[in-house]
Amino acid sequence: MTTASTLAPAASRVPPQKRRTRRDWRGWAFVGPFMIVFLAVLVAPVIYALVLTLFRQQLVGGTGFVGLGNYITLLQDEKFWEALFRVTLFLVVQVPIMLALSLCAALAIDSARLHGTGFFRIAIFLPYAVPGVVAALIWGFMYGNQFGLTGSINDLLGAQILQPFSSQWVLASIGNIVTWEFLGYNMLIFYAALKVIPTELYEAAEIDGAGQFRIISGIKIPAIRGALVIATIFSIIGSFQLFNEPNLLKALAPNVISSYFTPNMYAYNLSFAGQQFNYSATVAIVMGVITAAIAYIVQLRGSRQEGR
Amino acid sequence: MTVETQIAAEARTVARAFGRRPNYVRRTPPRQRKSIVLTIVMTIFIIYSIVPLAWLVINATKDQADLFSSFGLWFGSDFNLWQNIVDTLTYRNGIFVQWFGNTLMYVVVGAGGATLLATVAGYGMAKYNFPGRRAVFAVVLGAIAIPGTALAVPTFLMFSQLGLTNTPWAVILPSLISPFGMYLIWTYAVDAVPTELLEAARMDGSGEFRTFFTISLRLLAPGIVTVLLFAVVATWNNYFLPLIMLSEPTWYPLTVGLSQWSAQAVGVGAQPIYNLVITGSLLTIIPIVIAFLFLQRFWQSGLSAGSVKQ
Amino acid sequence: MKTLTGKNRLRTVALATASTFALGLVLAGCASGSGGDAAAGASPEALEAALEAGGEITYWSWTPSAEAQVAAFEKAYPKVDVKLVNAGTNTDEYTKLQNAITAGSGAPDVAQVEYYAIPQFSLSDSLVDLAPYGFGDLADQYTPGPWGAVTVGDAVYGLPQDSGPMAMFYNKTVFDTYGIEVPTTYDEYVAAAEKLHAADPNAYITSDTGDAGFATSMIWQAGGRPFSAEGTDVTIDLQDEGSQKWADSWNRLVEGGLLSSTPGWSDEWFRGLGDGTIATLLTGAWMPGVLESSVPDASGDWRVAPMPTYDGTPANAENGGGGQVVLKQSKNPALAAAFLKWLNSDPASIEVFLASGGFPATTADLESADFLAKAPEYFGGQKINEVLVEGAGNVSSGWQYLPYQVYANSIFGDTVGQSYKNASDLNEGLQTWQDQLVEYGNQQGFTVK
Repeated sequence: MTTASTLAPAASRVPPQKRRTRRDWRGWAFVGPFMIVFLAVLVAPVIYALVLTLFRQQLVGGTGFVGLGNYITLLQDEKFWEALFRVTLFLVVQVPIMLALSLCAALAIDSARLHGTGFFRIAIFLPYAVPGVVAALIWGFMYGNQFGLTGSINDLLGAQILQPFSSQWVLASIGNIVTWEFLGYNMLIFYAALKVIPTELYEAAEIDGAGQFRIISGIKIPAIRGALVIATIFSIIGSFQLFNEPNLLKALAPNVISSYFTPNMYAYNLSFAGQQFNYSATVAIVMGVITAAIAYIVQLRGSRQEGR
Repeated sequence: MTVETQIAAEARTVARAFGRRPNYVRRTPPRQRKSIVLTIVMTIFIIYSIVPLAWLVINATKDQADLFSSFGLWFGSDFNLWQNIVDTLTYRNGIFVQWFGNTLMYVVVGAGGATLLATVAGYGMAKYNFPGRRAVFAVVLGAIAIPGTALAVPTFLMFSQLGLTNTPWAVILPSLISPFGMYLIWTYAVDAVPTELLEAARMDGSGEFRTFFTISLRLLAPGIVTVLLFAVVATWNNYFLPLIMLSEPTWYPLTVGLSQWSAQAVGVGAQPIYNLVITGSLLTIIPIVIAFLFLQRFWQSGLSAGSVKQ
Repeated sequence: MKTLTGKNRLRTVALATASTFALGLVLAGCASGSGGDAAAGASPEALEAALEAGGEITYWSWTPSAEAQVAAFEKAYPKVDVKLVNAGTNTDEYTKLQNAITAGSGAPDVAQVEYYAIPQFSLSDSLVDLAPYGFGDLADQYTPGPWGAVTVGDAVYGLPQDSGPMAMFYNKTVFDTYGIEVPTTYDEYVAAAEKLHAADPNAYITSDTGDAGFATSMIWQAGGRPFSAEGTDVTIDLQDEGSQKWADSWNRLVEGGLLSSTPGWSDEWFRGLGDGTIATLLTGAWMPGVLESSVPDASGDWRVAPMPTYDGTPANAENGGGGQVVLKQSKNPALAAAFLKWLNSDPASIEVFLASGGFPATTADLESADFLAKAPEYFGGQKINEVLVEGAGNVSSGWQYLPYQVYANSIFGDTVGQSYKNASDLNEGLQTWQDQLVEYGNQQGFTVK
């Protein structure tokens, strides 16, 4: 095919009117396939879920229209609010910690002051490749009080210091697993954003006599603000959707991790243990709205500061 | 700034992060002293990341009795890795191998399909100003916010009406959508595929798709590899939706199969096979780690183009 | 977020209409989903005819013996092809079964279901009544407990495969080491618990972090009958005399911190059984098979004794165990019924089942001399079946499960489990459980008191 050299001179900036109109619809040829599958697989279930929320199906007596009845029940449902509070708490603590650690790791690797950078990058990213099931399995074993890692540490210290499945610590234990899984992923996002900072900025800073920390706070972090916002948004969405880890650990802490530990677990158990599909869909929709709202707010705040 | 441009700007940052050629040619950063302290701190990070994986490898060498009697982070009395692997692969007439094949298929068709759809769609969003473009953007963005796990039930009910549950399609179809992938390609394509090139090709009489396949695809390569990498990881590790959709083990991916083996330890007729679960987990991770290391090198070259490798 | 522009609104409305139409199909489908005329041509002769004609059926089961049994069946009846599927263990399988029933398709022909879950499926009209096929005549082949669990009045909804009369399994080596006598009453049991834990702080008399099956069986043994259902009228009283009796007695262990907090069926639990830190198990008669295959370390240590009693009068309950049922969605109910009959009443099949360590529900096998004479090495040569069968004879009758027992068990941890977690009064937890179950039942259209 022709190379860039022959094409460049021939380019005409203003295409004829007829061509522009024709080109206007060609985009659909590209976007079409994606949108068809998208509508079938994501949008249709959402709409179906919305319709479901307006009904109630009972084990005895079939299905009936209840209008907004499910939503009203949800507003008064203690279990839902407890679950929502819990994931919010989780979010407020785990996300900043995880992102801070990822940022540190990214900064450290970027600083070119490490031995064996490539190895570090790969090793920290590896947990991301592990399926959630396997991660929960491994950590479940390691959290074992008699024979797991915590058991051994407790023996070493001579007391039951570490109790990963007690009610005070279970959220932290889950947070630990989630942090372990996504530390490398977020680190990589930050690292790549750091790599495109022009070195002229560093040279100017060196000339001005700025120390390492000044460079980090003055140049690096502001420059990657976009990546920070994106990572935060995805982490927030992930936190609200927390399901896999607590669900898989439930067998090991059956009384501490309740069937409504997170909103998603609540929705799942409503459907599959209680056969209450309509109410479950209500929980899903409301969670979706809350998640979307918060993600939007974060994104607005993040961008406003960027535009400063 | 409109919502659209804000989001696009951020996505562009990420796209840059994952493989776009930077505009700036980054010269060698001023030589820094290698720091031991920093290395030690980072080593702690490494230990944190690696120890659970080391646990997996070590415990895959133990048989069930050993698992129960030996210390978690060191080897047991016998080295049973090969026997464990053989047992894992032959248990129940080799169902593990079947699951492995299933997962491969889901990855090839699902991740491959997702990358294809995302690439084509992202390109379309970037290079064509068609009516409804903003609507597409808004709808796709809005749909991601709804928790995937909570959509599972309506999807399940829908699919069962269509007779799709318990078939591979129930797993493949939902995995074909990667909105993040679409954004990545979109913002990447805006810069990586110059419009002048397309114009010139049009002047030469080339059709849109021909142009796409012959010119644009090559230019988008690093972005495509990035999307492919994440799609592969996501489909390989896909757990929740297959769990709901599939009732018979024939079509399980490895993740669902492993969780069933793990649950086998419970209750009447319990047949705990912890050693197989652990070995199976190890075998599940290895291919994805290999694929990942392999693809990472590809995308590394895109990242480092124009800058000096560390 | 973007507001809906004109184009978006149109699109959304179109989709909504399409989906409402789809929903309508779903509802229509659900209404007619439980079809299938099982009544037509249902007779004992139909079974033979079906076996002659041959065909294919699907069987969901997780028992260790299923594969061998299916193989034996296919050998005896080469025209029939049985597809054995392991769809998960207990609640995992019941969820899938329930989903398939709700969706109207995807259920197998025959499925293994534990006794506590059978009422859920029978009362929701998802199972084939096997009485027209002459299954009622099989009544005296089985012990009363399991038979009662598969029947509702004259209707027969399944056949028992195994039974789980409770017994106390104890680690003799541990008892001997600390000079503990085998308890015969719960007072003695608690005393043994205290003595053991005082002597070795790492050891416990048993582990219990809250298990619905265990709690209901214990209430059963204590004489409680908290659940009763007649059609859609349900009564729940988890504070009746028997329930309180158990709770008050067991409270001594819960509030006294004398129970191991290792969750049952975890790898640590298996270890605990092996190294003696869990000294007894109060569970069903199917446990020896599990111990023998999964806790080889403790071979020779364990023995079987009758369940402790409250006042010396023998009383017992069933814990676990199940049978198989035929689903209404089956396209060949006669063949499915024929397979089921062979599976759980043909001597060849039962032999295979026993070989895998199962505890039978058939009176013939329970009384056979061979069975009673078994003296497994694992139990130090003790004739365990004599103890277990005697226990089976003491199982009291009249017990019922809820029509939504699977759900009930799923919220046990949220309610009674909290008493375990806080080491507080079990009665409170039971009350909470009751309240939530009443609420759920009424929500679901039952009349619950």
